[in-house]
Amino acid sequence: MKEVKIMKVINEMSMSFLSRSSNESFARGAISSFIAQLDPTIDELADIKTAISEAVTNCIVHAYNNGIGTIYITSKIFDNGKVSIKIRDKGCGIEDIAQAMEPLFTTAGGERAGLGFAVMQSFMDKLKVISKKGKGTTITMEKNIIRRPIRNE
Amino acid sequence: MGVKIISQDNVMIASLDGEIDHHTAKDIRENIDFEVNMRHPKLLILDFAKIQFMDSSGIGLIMGRYKIMKTLSGKLKVTNASAYMNKIIRLSGLGALGVLDEGSENYEGHK
Repeated sequence: MKEVKIMKVINEMSMSFLSRSSNESFARGAISSFIAQLDPTIDELADIKTAISEAVTNCIVHAYNNGIGTIYITSKIFDNGKVSIKIRDKGCGIEDIAQAMEPLFTTAGGERAGLGFAVMQSFMDKLKVISKKGKGTTITMEKNIIRRPIRNE
Repeated sequence: MGVKIISQDNVMIASLDGEIDHHTAKDIRENIDFEVNMRHPKLLILDFAKIQFMDSSGIGLIMGRYKIMKTLSGKLKVTNASAYMNKIIRLSGLGALGVLDEGSENYEGHK
């Protein structure tokens, strides 16, 4: 018999902030402080920070088109070490998600590399994008933080 | 975030310090481009030794400077990129432009 394990949420946080570019570092800093309780490795933390930075930048540059709106983030920690991060905006929405997710595709011009979703996909274990034109976009990312035994020395 | 730019003969070294994201990239770009347009170096070196964080905005920064140096018939090199930065650089395919210094390009071999 296969044992079915139901994951429990052991901690949760939510925050919202304005889509100002100075909040990019605030957002990745806040979430990494929250996740620090799982004792992630420097690499795991760097992956998560980078993915958040990409997602929040997308909200600022694309969803709100450099105007001012609100970005909502909820993060959950599960009892098996999994972390989920949901980033939501009420911006313009994505017309073609598949195209937006193609590496190097960008509608932003300037010096945007078109790598946002590619980074989120490759640095996180799971990425889900839900978008409605004119209503906004919600992305949910998950990463499993490898549990290491606590050493009492 | 800071940029320190040193020029000697035809070589310009821009040492970046802090975090590169969409917010900070603008200032870094303007600082570097101002000096480059004034001095027209033959070689521009972006030194990433003191960078603590970089997202894909760093890739845009490298690509943009690569294009500018190309129009000036000069070269761009990126030096001291950490293993973590190389993860993003590899994803972008930037390695193919030959801008990374040898230490960085060898990274794939000893993951």
